[in-house]
Amino acid sequence: MARTERISLAQGSGGEPMQRLLRELIWPVFANPILARQEDQARLAFELQPGEQLAFTTDSFVVTPLQFPGGDIGSLAVQGTLNDLAVGGAVARYLSCGLIIEEGLPVALLRDLCLSLAKTARDAGVQVVTGDTKVVPRGAADGLFINTSGLGIIPAGINIGTHRLAAGDSLVVSGPIGEHGAAILASRQELAITGDLRSDCANLSPLIQTLLPNAGLHALRDMTRGGLNAVLHEFAEAAGATAVIDESAVPVRPAVQGLCELLGLDPLQLACEGRLLAVVAPDHAEHLLQCLQAHPMGQGAAIIGRLTPKRNVPVILNGLYGIERALPPVSGELLPRIC
Amino acid sequence: MKYVDEFRNPEAVARLVEAIRQRAAALPPRQHPWQLMEICGGHTHTIFRFGLDQLLPDNIEFIHGPGCPVCVLPQSVIDQAVALAQRPDTLLCSYGDAMRVPGHHGSLLQARADGARVQVIYSPRDALDMARRHPDTQVVFLAIGFETTAPATALAIRAAAREGLTNFCVLCHLVLIEPPLRALLADPDLRIDGFVGPGHVSLVTGNAPFEFIPAEHHKPVVISGFEPVDLLQSVLLLLEQLQQGQARIEIQYRRVATTQGNPGARAPVDDVFEPAPLAEWRGLGKLPRSGLQLRPGYQAFDATHLLPDSPAPGTLPTADSTTEADPRCRCAAVLSGKLKPGQCPLFGRECTPDTPLGALMVSSEGACAAWYQYRHQGPAHGAH
Ligand code: SF4
Repeated sequence: MARTERISLAQGSGGEPMQRLLRELIWPVFANPILARQEDQARLAFELQPGEQLAFTTDSFVVTPLQFPGGDIGSLAVQGTLNDLAVGGAVARYLSCGLIIEEGLPVALLRDLCLSLAKTARDAGVQVVTGDTKVVPRGAADGLFINTSGLGIIPAGINIGTHRLAAGDSLVVSGPIGEHGAAILASRQELAITGDLRSDCANLSPLIQTLLPNAGLHALRDMTRGGLNAVLHEFAEAAGATAVIDESAVPVRPAVQGLCELLGLDPLQLACEGRLLAVVAPDHAEHLLQCLQAHPMGQGAAIIGRLTPKRNVPVILNGLYGIERALPPVSGELLPRIC
Repeated sequence: MKYVDEFRNPEAVARLVEAIRQRAAALPPRQHPWQLMEICGGHTHTIFRFGLDQLLPDNIEFIHGPGCPVCVLPQSVIDQAVALAQRPDTLLCSYGDAMRVPGHHGSLLQARADGARVQVIYSPRDALDMARRHPDTQVVFLAIGFETTAPATALAIRAAAREGLTNFCVLCHLVLIEPPLRALLADPDLRIDGFVGPGHVSLVTGNAPFEFIPAEHHKPVVISGFEPVDLLQSVLLLLEQLQQGQARIEIQYRRVATTQGNPGARAPVDDVFEPAPLAEWRGLGKLPRSGLQLRPGYQAFDATHLLPDSPAPGTLPTADSTTEADPRCRCAAVLSGKLKPGQCPLFGRECTPDTPLGALMVSSEGACAAWYQYRHQGPAHGAH
């Protein structure tokens, strides 16, 4: 296929153009024996041991621009789903991949994004075993949408989740927050901001594997859309508690803080794609922090606050000058303030 | 961020709070607190975000002023913007601030969800670029703001004129800071003792719009920056003047603002705009010569020409535009320091950020919205 070639509606028609797209671009990129059977389903030989559980999750990825500093929609679509499995303690095994391609997308770009997706999966030791490709008319999608589902196994003895949250628990973040959201905002065409902004998107699984042996670990959550603020609200509601965090303890890189000041946004609400919030029994918090900081992906980890008995609001921010204030939940779309 | 950290430094804040406490204690005793109005919504935001109001001694209070351009945006302007966005060949470009403001038939966000073409942009230059890149699309920039945002808008219009762009125009609701302050200060029952002046406006205008405050009303003004240390320093300077019975303009925001302002930024504004005979303010009504309109030479860039019943240039739409959405609305009393937001009977009940009835609830910079967001259910001040 020529470098300048673009995706056409015919390639979604199910006929020969589509077969050619699959044969020449999709299958070689994701090559593995299960996919090679070219059947309508992937047959997977799972043998669960006693106490093991299957974990299954799905997520759809829509991001503009498709490529951004620190990643692209392909790597993001794998990492996001792997992280959803990993925060439940699961080891990911298989992925599905659904591509919704807008007519006119350059084929070379599609190939790059698929290669990135496949490499990210391979690096994580998971196979893309089934998928689907659709082409929609120009204007019906923003370049490329990707849906991935993931299947993994939770080993026997792992029991983490919101059911274990309790007042008194410590709240620990694995690193500086808001970097994905800031990188995406800065790389949008209208904004043309340059600076030291890169998405933090990453597969959290290796980091999480080092945390799971900690007996005090109660719950993990990757902070995606809505950022730290959204996860704090979810956890506080689930625990029937109030999360109190210390503003000065929350790690935020200067470049992210700077962008937020410029646009009137709050880093606490910006998306992350490679950071997690861990909730841990207070006497295990220090050890968990050391585990995080010992890992390359957790070097910026910090204890930022705790769950307390329920008060009149779910999340309270203890400000720089010791003044407490309610941290309201994220409402709708993030709209930068200018005036 | 060194630059910002320096102005947020907790020790510096603690020192200033202590100095303010001493000054405040030396003020003559009286029945109600000394009230200082921060004119600008940006200041209101800083005050609530950092809880600065709670650091002040009991006899000093912030009153949150009319200086948020989104809050004072009348519904009729949003209606016009929505109508323009609904035209099939038109793209409406707006600052994020204005997207949630409700008009009579919903907000720009709702209009976009219903299929209108609306784009959030960060500067008028972005809107101009849109027009250059999409010659088949009529690009309309919703120009709101005080003297601060007017220069960039003027420059975009001049560039469009120079390039002969015919698909770029502006729905203009630029407003001036002096008229609403004059209206406010004309109230004989006004309780405000001093003013924290808006640093960003002054950086363009200099002291001129505020000079009448000490001259005609004998009240001090301190032009302030936007960081916690800036604001507290400004409070301290105001208290010093109050204690000494003085009233003059001082500039705390020396690193940016000057007495003269920036004539270079004012020149394009004067070239492109002239004062409109009347502009409408949500919550304040219609104020003479309080807004800007395009000069005759630039009328081609006036988006109201695209509207079906476009009014004659220089007049503003009056059709059932609401300045006080509800007769129980107490915005005016809140603005003049007589009531706290929570004392309005509508606050937090009928009037919330999702269903704002008064101007002060519209944007997050508005006094009522900020109060609602940070204090309504706030831990330190559970009641309102
Ligand atoms: S609560 Fe609403 S109506 Fe009442 S003063 Fe505030 S904005 Fe105006």
